[in-house]
Amino acid sequence: MDDVITVSIWRGRSEGRYVTYEVPRLDSQTVLDVVTYVQRQVDPTLSYRFACRVGVCGSCAMTVNGRPRWTCRTHVSKVAADNRLEIGPLANLPVVKDLATDMTEFFEKWQRAKGVFSPTATRNDTVAQIRPDAAARVAVDKAIECINCGVCYAACDSVRWNPDYLGPAALNRAWTLVNDERDANNGERLAAVAANGGCHSCHTHQSCEQHCPQAINPTASIAGLKRRTIGAFLRGEMK
Amino acid sequence: MTLRLYLLQRVTAALMVPLIAAHLAVIIYASHSGLSAAEILGRTRGSVGWAAFYGLFVLLVSVHGAIGVRSVAADWTPLRGRALGALMWVFGLLLFLLGARAVHAVIG
Repeated sequence: MDDVITVSIWRGRSEGRYVTYEVPRLDSQTVLDVVTYVQRQVDPTLSYRFACRVGVCGSCAMTVNGRPRWTCRTHVSKVAADNRLEIGPLANLPVVKDLATDMTEFFEKWQRAKGVFSPTATRNDTVAQIRPDAAARVAVDKAIECINCGVCYAACDSVRWNPDYLGPAALNRAWTLVNDERDANNGERLAAVAANGGCHSCHTHQSCEQHCPQAINPTASIAGLKRRTIGAFLRGEMK
Repeated sequence: MTLRLYLLQRVTAALMVPLIAAHLAVIIYASHSGLSAAEILGRTRGSVGWAAFYGLFVLLVSVHGAIGVRSVAADWTPLRGRALGALMWVFGLLLFLLGARAVHAVIG
């Protein structure tokens, strides 16, 4: 292992450039460790975003050597084969500054996809009994561990080509709620994900599945939404 | 793409599968059995069956292709909204007219 790693980090907004830094190489060093070293030891004006550092909060995603990744759980040894790193902001999102992107559009699309739980029961009702092996619950299990990191959104060609497209994360979220038998808003939700820019805009490239750090397959969730919306349409439940 | 267009494109694709198979079979049969153009036209002219077969084929192709071109344009051009719809209709009608002309030449 070399003593130092050469890292190029994006500086600026949409207009900017990569600036190269030398960072001491350590055992078990993550990409986030590298960025943090630069910010704390070399240039405190470097902007980036992180919180938990353990792969839970979903705030530290960046483009690492051309691929979107969660940087806190990405070891340098796995991605810097020639001891070089290029770290940029996530693609498909406006850059606020340096490595921090504006996630507004990303989360507004969750709202458009009706990604909010609408309960059928009140606090006075008994808690719903849902069997862990029920088909709908199994479908939810496969999609529920999303940490909202935006990696799938940055990896998606359809998002890049079509600004109206809701994107893999929002549609995956909608799929978990479509399969939640406690939810009361599936009529509106299916209409929302079937509208222009909804699930039918997915080209099944599977970049989201390829890059998701949580090993979720949003493409499969979107395929489920396609089936569910067509079923609702053919039954006359949707216009 | 909206649900209706998505569904229409899948339905037309599914319907075209047997038609394409039959079309290929006809091509292979006609070319391997040594039929001349005049002999082929002799069999197709005035045939209600061939008119229905290729008429339906042209209609399905026009719908399927036009929706596909709309999708490509939505991804690769700045066209949005009504402009996309206009492109789809113009392309679909063009395909249908060209196809109908060919069907008329073989059947009419």
